[in-house]
Amino acid sequence: MDELEKMLLMQIADLHRVPDGAYNLRKNGESEGRRSTPHIRIEPRQDGHSGVDIFISSQTRGESVHIPVVITQSDYRETVYNDFYVEEGADVLIIAGCGIHNCGTQTAEHSGVHTFHVGKNARVKYVEKHYASGDGNGEKVMNPQTDIVLEEGARLEMETTQIKGVDSTVRTTNAALAAGAELVIREKIYTHGKQYAKTNFSVSLNGDGAGADVVSRSVAAGTSLQQLDLHIDGNTRCHGHSECDAIIMDDARVTAVPALAANCVDAELIHEAAIGKIAGDQLLKLMTLGLTEQEAEEQIIKGFLS
Amino acid sequence: MLELKNISYVAEEDGEKKRILDDVSLSVGDRFVAITGPNGGGKSTLAKIVAGILRPTQGRVYFDGEDITDLSVTERARRGISYAFQQPVRFKGITVKDLISLASGKRISVGEACAYLSEVGLCARDYIDREVNASLSGGELKRIEIATVLARGTRLSVFDEPEAGIDLWSFQNLISVFEKTYSKTQGSILIISHQERILNIADTIVVIAGGKVTKTGPREEVLPGLLSGRVCAALQG
Repeated sequence: MDELEKMLLMQIADLHRVPDGAYNLRKNGESEGRRSTPHIRIEPRQDGHSGVDIFISSQTRGESVHIPVVITQSDYRETVYNDFYVEEGADVLIIAGCGIHNCGTQTAEHSGVHTFHVGKNARVKYVEKHYASGDGNGEKVMNPQTDIVLEEGARLEMETTQIKGVDSTVRTTNAALAAGAELVIREKIYTHGKQYAKTNFSVSLNGDGAGADVVSRSVAAGTSLQQLDLHIDGNTRCHGHSECDAIIMDDARVTAVPALAANCVDAELIHEAAIGKIAGDQLLKLMTLGLTEQEAEEQIIKGFLS
Repeated sequence: MLELKNISYVAEEDGEKKRILDDVSLSVGDRFVAITGPNGGGKSTLAKIVAGILRPTQGRVYFDGEDITDLSVTERARRGISYAFQQPVRFKGITVKDLISLASGKRISVGEACAYLSEVGLCARDYIDREVNASLSGGELKRIEIATVLARGTRLSVFDEPEAGIDLWSFQNLISVFEKTYSKTQGSILIISHQERILNIADTIVVIAGGKVTKTGPREEVLPGLLSGRVCAALQG
Protein backbone atom coordinates (compact mmCIF):
# COMPACT_ATOMS: atom_id res chain seq x y z
CA MET A 1 0.00 0.00 0.00
CA ASP A 2 1.44 3.41 -0.90
CA GLU A 3 1.50 6.58 1.22
CA LEU A 4 -1.61 8.02 -0.44
CA GLU A 5 -3.63 4.90 0.30
CA LYS A 6 -2.35 4.88 3.87
CA MET A 7 -3.45 8.52 4.26
CA LEU A 8 -6.95 7.69 2.99
CA LEU A 9 -7.18 4.76 5.38
CA MET A 10 -6.15 6.98 8.27
CA GLN A 11 -8.84 9.50 7.39
CA ILE A 12 -11.70 7.05 7.09
CA ALA A 13 -10.81 4.35 9.59
CA ASP A 14 -7.99 5.69 11.81
CA LEU A 15 -5.95 2.77 10.55
CA HIS A 16 -2.17 2.85 10.37
CA ARG A 17 -1.88 -0.81 9.49
CA VAL A 18 -3.87 -3.95 8.95
CA PRO A 19 -6.52 -3.94 11.68
CA ASP A 20 -6.93 -6.53 14.37
CA GLY A 21 -9.87 -8.83 13.92
CA ALA A 22 -11.96 -9.38 10.82
CA TYR A 23 -11.53 -7.08 7.86
CA ASN A 24 -12.04 -6.67 4.15
CA LEU A 25 -10.03 -3.99 2.40
CA ARG A 26 -11.15 -3.00 -1.08
CA LYS A 27 -8.93 -0.92 -3.36
CA ASN A 28 -9.92 0.27 -6.83
CA GLY A 29 -12.45 -2.53 -7.14
CA GLU A 30 -10.10 -5.32 -6.03
CA SER A 31 -9.84 -7.07 -2.71
CA GLU A 32 -6.57 -5.98 -1.07
CA GLY A 33 -6.94 -8.28 1.88
CA ARG A 34 -9.51 -10.16 3.88
CA ARG A 35 -9.57 -11.98 7.19
CA SER A 36 -12.31 -13.93 8.90
CA THR A 37 -12.22 -14.84 12.57
CA PRO A 38 -13.85 -17.68 14.50
CA HIS A 39 -16.91 -15.50 15.13
CA ILE A 40 -16.97 -13.29 12.05
CA ARG A 41 -16.96 -14.79 8.58
CA ILE A 42 -16.49 -12.67 5.45
CA GLU A 43 -17.31 -14.25 2.08
CA PRO A 44 -17.64 -13.02 -1.50
CA ARG A 45 -21.20 -12.60 -2.64
CA GLN A 46 -22.81 -15.35 -4.65
CA ASP A 47 -25.35 -13.20 -6.51
CA GLY A 48 -23.03 -11.66 -9.06
CA HIS A 49 -22.83 -8.26 -7.38
CA SER A 50 -19.54 -6.82 -6.14
CA GLY A 51 -19.14 -6.96 -2.39
CA VAL A 52 -19.13 -9.34 0.53
CA ASP A 53 -21.47 -11.08 2.92
CA ILE A 54 -20.48 -10.76 6.55
CA PHE A 55 -21.79 -13.26 9.05
CA ILE A 56 -21.49 -12.28 12.70
CA SER A 57 -22.20 -15.17 15.04
CA SER A 58 -24.17 -14.95 18.24
CA GLN A 59 -20.96 -15.65 20.20
CA THR A 60 -19.43 -12.34 19.08
CA ARG A 61 -18.72 -10.02 22.02
CA GLY A 62 -16.86 -6.73 21.65
CA GLU A 63 -15.21 -7.69 18.37
CA SER A 64 -14.77 -5.41 15.36
CA VAL A 65 -15.03 -5.66 11.57
CA HIS A 66 -13.29 -3.17 9.31
CA ILE A 67 -14.45 -2.86 5.70
CA PRO A 68 -12.78 0.25 4.26
CA VAL A 69 -12.84 1.16 0.56
CA VAL A 70 -10.10 3.16 -1.11
CA ILE A 71 -10.22 4.57 -4.63
CA THR A 72 -7.26 6.33 -6.22
CA GLN A 73 -8.22 6.02 -9.90
CA SER A 74 -9.92 8.70 -11.95
CA ASP A 75 -12.73 7.72 -14.35
CA TYR A 76 -13.82 4.90 -12.09
CA ARG A 77 -17.33 4.02 -10.89
CA GLU A 78 -18.48 1.14 -8.77
CA THR A 79 -21.48 -0.07 -6.85
CA VAL A 80 -20.66 -2.42 -3.99
CA TYR A 81 -23.12 -4.46 -1.96
CA ASN A 82 -22.19 -5.57 1.54
CA ASP A 83 -24.69 -7.52 3.62
CA PHE A 84 -24.29 -7.97 7.36
CA TYR A 85 -26.03 -10.86 9.06
CA VAL A 86 -25.82 -10.25 12.80
CA GLU A 87 -27.08 -13.20 14.83
CA GLU A 88 -29.19 -13.00 17.95
CA GLY A 89 -27.37 -11.55 20.95
CA ALA A 90 -24.13 -10.60 19.13
CA ASP A 91 -22.26 -7.45 20.10
CA VAL A 92 -20.08 -5.97 17.35
CA LEU A 93 -18.37 -2.81 16.11
CA ILE A 94 -18.41 -2.31 12.34
CA ILE A 95 -16.15 0.31 10.80
CA ALA A 96 -16.78 1.14 7.17
CA GLY A 97 -15.90 4.16 5.11
CA CYS A 98 -14.69 5.30 1.75
CA GLY A 99 -11.75 7.43 0.80
CA ILE A 100 -11.32 8.72 -2.74
CA HIS A 101 -8.26 10.48 -4.09
CA ASN A 102 -8.88 11.73 -7.58
CA CYS A 103 -6.14 13.66 -9.31
CA GLY A 104 -7.57 13.18 -12.76
CA THR A 105 -10.20 15.03 -14.72
CA GLN A 106 -12.80 12.27 -14.79
CA THR A 107 -15.24 11.29 -12.09
CA ALA A 108 -14.45 8.75 -9.37
CA GLU A 109 -17.62 7.36 -7.83
CA HIS A 110 -18.40 4.84 -5.13
CA SER A 111 -21.89 3.70 -4.25
CA GLY A 112 -21.92 1.44 -1.24
CA VAL A 113 -25.12 -0.39 -0.40
CA HIS A 114 -24.98 -1.83 3.11
CA THR A 115 -27.77 -4.00 4.42
CA PHE A 116 -27.98 -4.92 8.08
CA HIS A 117 -30.03 -7.86 9.26
CA VAL A 118 -29.76 -7.51 13.02
CA GLY A 119 -31.09 -10.43 15.07
CA LYS A 120 -32.93 -10.31 18.38
CA ASN A 121 -31.21 -8.40 21.18
CA ALA A 122 -28.03 -7.95 19.14
CA ARG A 123 -25.97 -4.78 19.54
CA VAL A 124 -24.27 -3.10 16.61
CA LYS A 125 -22.21 0.04 16.49
CA TYR A 126 -21.68 1.10 12.89
CA VAL A 127 -19.21 3.85 12.06
CA GLU A 128 -18.77 5.15 8.52
CA LYS A 129 -16.65 8.02 7.33
CA HIS A 130 -16.42 9.54 3.89
CA TYR A 131 -13.48 11.57 2.75
CA ALA A 132 -12.10 12.69 -0.58
CA SER A 133 -9.07 14.58 -1.78
CA GLY A 134 -7.26 15.33 -5.01
CA ASP A 135 -6.50 18.49 -6.86
CA GLY A 136 -7.70 17.43 -10.29
CA ASN A 137 -10.99 18.59 -11.74
CA GLY A 138 -12.46 15.11 -11.56
CA GLU A 139 -15.50 14.88 -9.33
CA LYS A 140 -15.46 12.72 -6.20
CA VAL A 141 -18.88 11.18 -5.77
CA MET A 142 -20.14 8.89 -2.99
CA ASN A 143 -23.64 7.58 -2.63
CA PRO A 144 -23.93 5.43 0.48
CA GLN A 145 -27.15 3.53 1.05
CA THR A 146 -27.85 1.80 4.34
CA ASP A 147 -30.80 -0.51 4.85
CA ILE A 148 -31.40 -1.65 8.40
CA VAL A 149 -33.76 -4.29 9.75
CA LEU A 150 -33.79 -4.56 13.53
CA GLU A 151 -35.51 -7.55 15.11
CA GLU A 152 -37.02 -7.52 18.62
CA GLY A 153 -34.81 -5.82 21.18
CA ALA A 154 -31.95 -5.18 18.74
CA ARG A 155 -29.98 -1.95 18.89
CA LEU A 156 -27.98 -0.24 16.18
CA GLU A 157 -26.02 2.93 16.68
CA MET A 158 -24.81 4.54 13.47
CA GLU A 159 -22.24 7.31 13.23
CA THR A 160 -21.98 8.63 9.73
CA THR A 161 -19.56 11.39 8.88
CA GLN A 162 -18.61 13.14 5.69
CA ILE A 163 -15.50 15.04 6.56
CA LYS A 164 -14.24 16.80 3.48
CA GLY A 165 -13.75 16.80 -0.24
CA VAL A 166 -16.81 14.91 -1.48
CA ASP A 167 -18.25 16.85 -4.42
CA SER A 168 -21.60 15.15 -4.61
CA THR A 169 -23.36 12.72 -2.36
CA VAL A 170 -26.79 11.24 -1.87
CA ARG A 171 -26.90 9.46 1.45
CA THR A 172 -29.90 7.21 1.97
CA THR A 173 -30.74 5.33 5.13
CA ASN A 174 -33.85 3.20 5.57
CA ALA A 175 -34.70 1.40 8.78
CA ALA A 176 -37.49 -0.86 10.03
CA LEU A 177 -37.72 -1.60 13.74
CA ALA A 178 -39.49 -4.46 15.49
CA ALA A 179 -40.73 -4.42 19.10
CA GLY A 180 -38.31 -2.97 21.62
CA ALA A 181 -35.67 -2.26 18.98
CA GLU A 182 -33.63 0.92 19.16
CA LEU A 183 -31.93 2.97 16.46
CA VAL A 184 -29.56 5.86 17.13
CA ILE A 185 -28.16 7.84 14.19
CA ARG A 186 -25.62 10.64 14.41
CA GLU A 187 -24.82 12.30 11.12
CA LYS A 188 -22.12 14.92 10.66
CA ILE A 189 -21.51 16.66 7.37
CA TYR A 190 -19.22 19.44 6.29
CA THR A 191 -19.59 20.78 2.76
CA HIS A 192 -17.57 23.52 1.11
CA GLY A 193 -16.92 24.91 -2.36
CA LYS A 194 -19.65 23.92 -4.80
CA GLN A 195 -20.44 20.62 -3.12
CA TYR A 196 -23.84 19.03 -2.91
CA ALA A 197 -25.03 16.72 -0.14
CA LYS A 198 -28.44 15.16 0.09
CA THR A 199 -29.47 13.00 3.02
CA ASN A 200 -32.58 10.87 3.19
CA PHE A 201 -33.51 9.19 6.45
CA SER A 202 -36.59 7.04 6.57
CA VAL A 203 -37.39 5.16 9.76
CA SER A 204 -40.42 2.91 10.35
CA LEU A 205 -41.21 2.17 13.97
CA ASN A 206 -43.27 -0.98 13.54
CA GLY A 207 -42.99 -2.86 16.84
CA ASP A 208 -44.35 -2.04 20.27
CA GLY A 209 -41.90 0.11 22.24
CA ALA A 210 -39.51 0.70 19.32
CA GLY A 211 -37.47 3.88 19.51
CA ALA A 212 -35.37 6.02 17.17
CA ASP A 213 -33.17 9.02 17.79
CA VAL A 214 -31.85 10.63 14.60
CA VAL A 215 -29.64 13.71 14.82
CA SER A 216 -28.01 15.46 11.88
CA ARG A 217 -25.43 18.18 12.46
CA SER A 218 -23.94 19.95 9.51
CA VAL A 219 -21.92 22.92 8.38
CA ALA A 220 -22.37 24.29 4.88
CA ALA A 221 -19.75 26.75 3.62
CA GLY A 222 -18.86 28.31 0.27
CA THR A 223 -21.68 27.94 -2.23
CA SER A 224 -22.47 24.38 -1.19
CA LEU A 225 -26.00 23.04 -0.98
CA GLN A 226 -27.31 20.58 1.59
CA GLN A 227 -30.71 18.96 1.65
CA LEU A 228 -32.06 16.80 4.43
CA ASP A 229 -35.21 14.74 4.17
CA LEU A 230 -36.06 13.08 7.43
CA HIS A 231 -39.03 10.83 7.80
CA ILE A 232 -40.19 8.88 10.85
CA ASP A 233 -43.28 6.69 10.77
CA GLY A 234 -44.71 5.78 14.15
CA ASN A 235 -46.92 2.78 13.42
CA THR A 236 -47.42 1.59 16.97
CA ARG A 237 -46.67 2.58 20.58
CA CYS A 238 -43.18 3.99 20.03
CA HIS A 239 -40.99 7.03 20.46
CA GLY A 240 -39.10 8.89 17.78
CA HIS A 241 -36.91 11.96 17.99
CA SER A 242 -35.25 13.73 15.12
CA GLU A 243 -33.09 16.80 15.11
CA CYS A 244 -31.47 18.87 12.42
CA ASP A 245 -28.88 21.42 13.42
CA ALA A 246 -27.04 23.31 10.72
CA ILE A 247 -24.60 26.19 10.50
CA ILE A 248 -24.58 28.08 7.24
CA MET A 249 -21.71 30.25 6.12
CA ASP A 250 -20.83 32.37 3.10
CA ASP A 251 -23.39 31.75 0.33
CA ALA A 252 -24.27 28.19 1.28
CA ARG A 253 -27.82 26.89 1.45
CA VAL A 254 -29.46 24.29 3.66
CA THR A 255 -32.94 22.84 3.31
CA ALA A 256 -34.35 20.58 6.01
CA VAL A 257 -37.63 18.80 5.45
CA PRO A 258 -38.74 16.80 8.46
CA ALA A 259 -41.79 14.58 8.31
CA LEU A 260 -43.33 12.80 11.26
CA ALA A 261 -46.20 10.42 10.66
CA ALA A 262 -48.01 9.24 13.77
CA ASN A 263 -50.14 6.33 12.63
CA CYS A 264 -51.00 5.21 16.14
CA VAL A 265 -52.41 7.20 19.05
CA ASP A 266 -49.53 6.01 21.27
CA ALA A 267 -46.77 7.10 18.90
CA GLU A 268 -44.69 9.91 20.43
CA LEU A 269 -42.73 11.77 17.79
CA ILE A 270 -40.66 14.92 18.18
CA HIS A 271 -38.67 16.97 15.71
CA GLU A 272 -36.33 19.86 16.42
CA ALA A 273 -34.56 21.98 13.82
CA ALA A 274 -32.28 24.99 13.82
CA ILE A 275 -30.45 26.46 10.84
CA GLY A 276 -28.46 29.66 11.04
CA LYS A 277 -25.10 31.32 10.92
CA ILE A 278 -22.65 31.22 13.83
CA ALA A 279 -24.05 33.36 16.64
CA GLY A 280 -22.26 36.67 17.03
CA ASP A 281 -21.91 36.30 20.80
CA GLN A 282 -20.16 32.93 20.34
CA LEU A 283 -17.53 34.61 18.17
CA LEU A 284 -17.23 37.49 20.66
CA LYS A 285 -16.78 35.17 23.63
CA LEU A 286 -13.89 33.36 21.97
CA MET A 287 -12.40 36.66 20.81
CA THR A 288 -12.38 37.88 24.42
CA LEU A 289 -10.19 34.83 25.10
CA GLY A 290 -7.69 36.14 22.53
CA LEU A 291 -8.74 34.24 19.40
CA THR A 292 -9.09 36.06 16.09
CA GLU A 293 -12.49 35.98 14.44
CA GLN A 294 -11.30 33.29 12.03
CA GLU A 295 -9.80 31.17 14.81
CA ALA A 296 -13.04 31.53 16.77
CA GLU A 297 -15.04 30.39 13.75
CA GLU A 298 -12.79 27.35 13.30
CA GLN A 299 -13.12 26.37 16.96
CA ILE A 300 -16.91 26.68 16.86
CA ILE A 301 -17.17 24.51 13.75
CA LYS A 302 -14.68 21.97 15.09
CA GLY A 303 -16.67 21.66 18.30
CA PHE A 304 -20.00 21.53 16.50
CA LEU A 305 -18.88 18.64 14.31
CA SER A 306 -16.80 16.84 16.95
CA MET B 1 -3.75 50.85 34.32
CA LEU B 2 -7.13 51.50 32.66
CA GLU B 3 -8.24 54.96 31.86
CA LEU B 4 -11.45 56.07 30.24
CA LYS B 5 -11.50 59.65 29.00
CA ASN B 6 -14.70 61.47 28.11
CA ILE B 7 -16.52 58.35 26.93
CA SER B 8 -19.92 58.84 25.32
CA TYR B 9 -22.00 56.17 23.69
CA VAL B 10 -25.06 56.82 21.58
CA ALA B 11 -27.22 53.87 20.55
CA GLU B 12 -29.85 53.88 17.89
CA GLU B 13 -33.10 52.16 18.79
CA ASP B 14 -36.08 52.13 16.43
CA GLY B 15 -34.61 55.04 14.50
CA GLU B 16 -34.20 57.12 17.67
CA LYS B 17 -30.85 58.07 19.06
CA LYS B 18 -30.37 57.39 22.74
CA ARG B 19 -27.41 58.58 24.77
CA ILE B 20 -26.39 55.65 27.00
CA LEU B 21 -23.12 57.09 28.30
CA ASP B 22 -22.42 60.78 28.55
CA ASP B 23 -18.88 62.05 29.01
CA VAL B 24 -17.69 59.37 31.43
CA SER B 25 -14.12 59.60 32.68
CA LEU B 26 -12.71 56.99 34.99
CA SER B 27 -9.41 55.65 36.17
CA VAL B 28 -8.96 52.05 37.35
CA GLY B 29 -5.75 51.23 39.19
CA ASP B 30 -6.88 49.68 42.44
CA ARG B 31 -7.25 46.04 43.28
CA PHE B 32 -11.07 45.89 43.27
CA VAL B 33 -13.16 48.55 41.58
CA ALA B 34 -16.93 48.13 41.69
CA ILE B 35 -19.26 49.93 39.34
CA THR B 36 -22.79 50.15 40.61
CA GLY B 37 -25.94 52.11 39.93
CA PRO B 38 -29.51 51.62 38.77
CA ASN B 39 -30.49 49.30 35.93
CA GLY B 40 -30.26 50.93 32.52
CA GLY B 41 -27.71 53.44 33.82
CA GLY B 42 -25.00 52.41 31.35
CA LYS B 43 -22.80 50.08 33.47
CA SER B 44 -22.80 47.11 31.11
CA THR B 45 -22.24 49.38 28.13
CA LEU B 46 -19.16 50.72 29.84
CA ALA B 47 -17.84 47.19 30.47
CA LYS B 48 -18.37 46.32 26.81
CA ILE B 49 -16.50 49.43 25.77
CA VAL B 50 -13.55 48.33 27.93
CA ALA B 51 -13.57 44.86 26.33
CA GLY B 52 -13.89 46.32 22.83
CA ILE B 53 -17.29 44.76 22.13
CA LEU B 54 -18.73 48.25 21.70
CA ARG B 55 -16.87 51.26 20.30
CA PRO B 56 -17.50 54.59 22.04
CA THR B 57 -19.14 57.32 19.98
CA GLN B 58 -16.73 59.75 21.59
CA GLY B 59 -13.78 59.55 23.96
CA ARG B 60 -10.69 57.38 24.31
CA VAL B 61 -9.74 54.23 26.21
CA TYR B 62 -6.18 53.78 27.51
CA PHE B 63 -4.64 50.60 28.88
CA ASP B 64 -1.19 50.82 30.46
CA GLY B 65 -0.78 54.17 28.75
CA GLU B 66 -1.60 52.85 25.27
CA ASP B 67 -4.60 54.19 23.38
CA ILE B 68 -6.60 51.01 22.70
CA THR B 69 -9.80 52.72 21.49
CA ASP B 70 -9.39 51.41 17.96
CA LEU B 71 -8.13 47.94 18.90
CA SER B 72 -10.31 44.89 18.31
CA VAL B 73 -11.67 42.58 21.00
CA THR B 74 -8.91 40.06 20.16
CA GLU B 75 -6.12 42.63 20.37
CA ARG B 76 -7.36 43.88 23.74
CA ALA B 77 -7.63 40.33 25.04
CA ARG B 78 -4.05 39.68 23.98
CA ARG B 79 -2.88 42.83 25.74
CA GLY B 80 -4.33 41.58 29.00
CA ILE B 81 -8.03 42.38 29.29
CA SER B 82 -10.50 39.67 30.26
CA TYR B 83 -14.25 39.99 30.25
CA ALA B 84 -16.85 37.75 31.89
CA PHE B 85 -20.20 37.98 30.12
CA GLN B 86 -23.30 38.80 32.12
CA GLN B 87 -25.18 36.22 30.03
CA PRO B 88 -22.71 33.39 29.38
CA VAL B 89 -22.64 32.09 25.83
CA ARG B 90 -23.58 28.48 25.03
CA PHE B 91 -21.73 26.35 22.51
CA LYS B 92 -22.85 23.08 21.01
CA GLY B 93 -19.96 20.64 20.94
CA ILE B 94 -17.38 22.72 22.83
CA THR B 95 -16.64 21.10 26.18
CA VAL B 96 -15.86 22.82 29.46
CA LYS B 97 -12.26 21.61 29.13
CA ASP B 98 -12.02 22.99 25.56
CA LEU B 99 -13.23 26.39 26.71
CA ILE B 100 -10.87 26.56 29.68
CA SER B 101 -7.97 25.44 27.45
CA LEU B 102 -8.80 28.17 24.93
CA ALA B 103 -8.98 30.68 27.77
CA SER B 104 -5.60 29.70 29.17
CA GLY B 105 -4.09 30.03 25.71
CA LYS B 106 -2.42 26.65 25.79
CA ARG B 107 -3.18 22.98 25.99
CA ILE B 108 -3.80 22.25 29.61
CA SER B 109 -4.01 19.01 31.49
CA VAL B 110 -7.27 17.72 32.91
CA GLY B 111 -5.81 18.41 36.35
CA GLU B 112 -5.20 22.08 35.57
CA ALA B 113 -8.67 22.52 34.09
CA CYS B 114 -10.16 20.82 37.13
CA ALA B 115 -8.33 23.20 39.45
CA TYR B 116 -10.06 26.19 37.83
CA LEU B 117 -13.45 24.49 38.08
CA SER B 118 -12.89 23.64 41.73
CA GLU B 119 -12.14 27.29 42.41
CA VAL B 120 -15.59 28.26 41.18
CA GLY B 121 -17.20 25.57 43.29
CA LEU B 122 -17.89 22.97 40.62
CA CYS B 123 -17.02 19.34 41.16
CA ALA B 124 -14.60 19.10 38.28
CA ARG B 125 -15.00 15.51 37.20
CA ASP B 126 -18.75 16.01 36.70
CA TYR B 127 -18.19 18.91 34.33
CA ILE B 128 -14.89 18.62 32.52
CA ASP B 129 -16.23 16.68 29.53
CA ARG B 130 -19.65 18.29 29.39
CA GLU B 131 -20.59 20.55 26.53
CA VAL B 132 -21.08 24.22 27.34
CA ASN B 133 -24.63 23.97 26.06
CA ALA B 134 -28.22 24.34 27.22
CA SER B 135 -27.96 21.21 29.39
CA LEU B 136 -26.10 23.32 31.96
CA SER B 137 -28.07 25.56 34.29
CA GLY B 138 -27.67 29.32 34.31
CA GLY B 139 -25.70 29.15 37.57
CA GLU B 140 -23.37 26.45 36.24
CA LEU B 141 -22.71 28.41 33.05
CA LYS B 142 -22.01 31.50 35.09
CA ARG B 143 -19.39 29.74 37.18
CA ILE B 144 -17.76 28.25 34.08
CA GLU B 145 -17.69 31.76 32.61
CA ILE B 146 -15.85 32.99 35.69
CA ALA B 147 -13.46 30.02 35.46
CA THR B 148 -12.50 31.11 31.92
CA VAL B 149 -11.48 34.51 33.27
CA LEU B 150 -9.50 32.84 36.07
CA ALA B 151 -7.75 30.64 33.52
CA ARG B 152 -6.71 33.70 31.53
CA GLY B 153 -5.17 35.37 34.57
CA THR B 154 -4.75 38.75 32.88
CA ARG B 155 -3.84 42.12 34.38
CA LEU B 156 -7.40 43.44 34.05
CA SER B 157 -10.48 41.30 34.61
CA VAL B 158 -13.94 42.73 34.00
CA PHE B 159 -16.95 40.93 35.50
CA ASP B 160 -20.41 42.04 34.41
CA GLU B 161 -22.81 41.20 37.24
CA PRO B 162 -21.04 38.00 38.30
CA GLU B 163 -23.56 37.39 41.06
CA ALA B 164 -26.52 36.99 38.70
CA GLY B 165 -27.73 33.40 38.85
CA ILE B 166 -25.27 32.44 41.58
CA ASP B 167 -26.76 30.92 44.71
CA LEU B 168 -25.91 31.92 48.26
CA TRP B 169 -23.42 29.15 48.90
CA SER B 170 -21.30 30.03 45.92
CA PHE B 171 -21.68 33.71 46.60
CA GLN B 172 -19.11 33.42 49.38
CA ASN B 173 -16.99 31.42 46.99
CA LEU B 174 -17.26 34.16 44.40
CA ILE B 175 -15.70 36.70 46.71
CA SER B 176 -12.83 34.38 47.48
CA VAL B 177 -12.45 33.82 43.72
CA PHE B 178 -11.89 37.55 43.26
CA GLU B 179 -9.35 37.54 46.06
CA LYS B 180 -7.50 34.58 44.57
CA THR B 181 -7.57 36.19 41.13
CA TYR B 182 -5.94 39.26 42.57
CA SER B 183 -3.29 37.33 44.44
CA LYS B 184 -2.44 35.53 41.19
CA THR B 185 -2.48 38.46 38.76
CA GLN B 186 -1.69 41.40 41.02
CA GLY B 187 -3.85 43.29 38.51
CA SER B 188 -7.15 45.09 38.72
CA ILE B 189 -10.59 43.60 38.91
CA LEU B 190 -13.49 45.65 37.67
CA ILE B 191 -16.82 44.32 38.88
CA ILE B 192 -20.23 45.54 37.86
CA SER B 193 -22.57 44.67 40.66
CA HIS B 194 -25.68 45.51 42.63
CA GLN B 195 -24.66 43.32 45.53
CA GLU B 196 -23.81 44.93 48.81
CA ARG B 197 -21.51 42.04 49.71
CA ILE B 198 -19.44 42.64 46.58
CA LEU B 199 -19.42 46.39 47.11
CA ASN B 200 -18.13 45.59 50.59
CA ILE B 201 -14.85 44.21 49.24
CA ALA B 202 -14.30 47.05 46.74
CA ASP B 203 -11.43 49.48 47.22
CA THR B 204 -13.17 52.00 45.00
CA ILE B 205 -16.85 52.34 44.19
CA VAL B 206 -18.09 54.15 41.09
CA VAL B 207 -21.78 54.99 40.79
CA ILE B 208 -23.15 55.36 37.28
CA ALA B 209 -26.67 56.61 36.76
CA GLY B 210 -28.30 58.12 33.71
CA GLY B 211 -25.13 57.58 31.71
CA LYS B 212 -22.98 59.69 34.01
CA VAL B 213 -20.61 59.05 36.89
CA THR B 214 -22.57 60.44 39.79
CA LYS B 215 -20.16 59.45 42.52
CA THR B 216 -16.72 57.88 42.84
CA GLY B 217 -14.36 57.35 45.72
CA PRO B 218 -13.08 54.90 48.33
CA ARG B 219 -15.62 52.38 49.59
CA GLU B 220 -15.67 53.89 53.07
CA GLU B 221 -16.83 57.19 51.61
CA VAL B 222 -19.30 56.00 48.95
CA LEU B 223 -20.92 52.89 50.38
CA PRO B 224 -22.59 54.38 53.49
CA GLY B 225 -24.33 56.96 51.30
CA LEU B 226 -25.52 54.25 48.91
CA LEU B 227 -26.94 52.10 51.67
CA SER B 228 -28.76 54.88 53.46
CA GLY B 229 -29.68 57.12 50.56
CA ARG B 230 -32.28 56.99 47.89
CA VAL B 231 -29.89 55.29 45.47
CA CYS B 232 -30.19 52.17 47.59
CA ALA B 233 -33.75 51.49 46.50
CA ALA B 234 -32.70 51.75 42.89
CA LEU B 235 -29.78 49.38 43.48
CA GLN B 236 -32.05 46.71 44.83
CA GLY B 237 -34.21 46.96 41.72
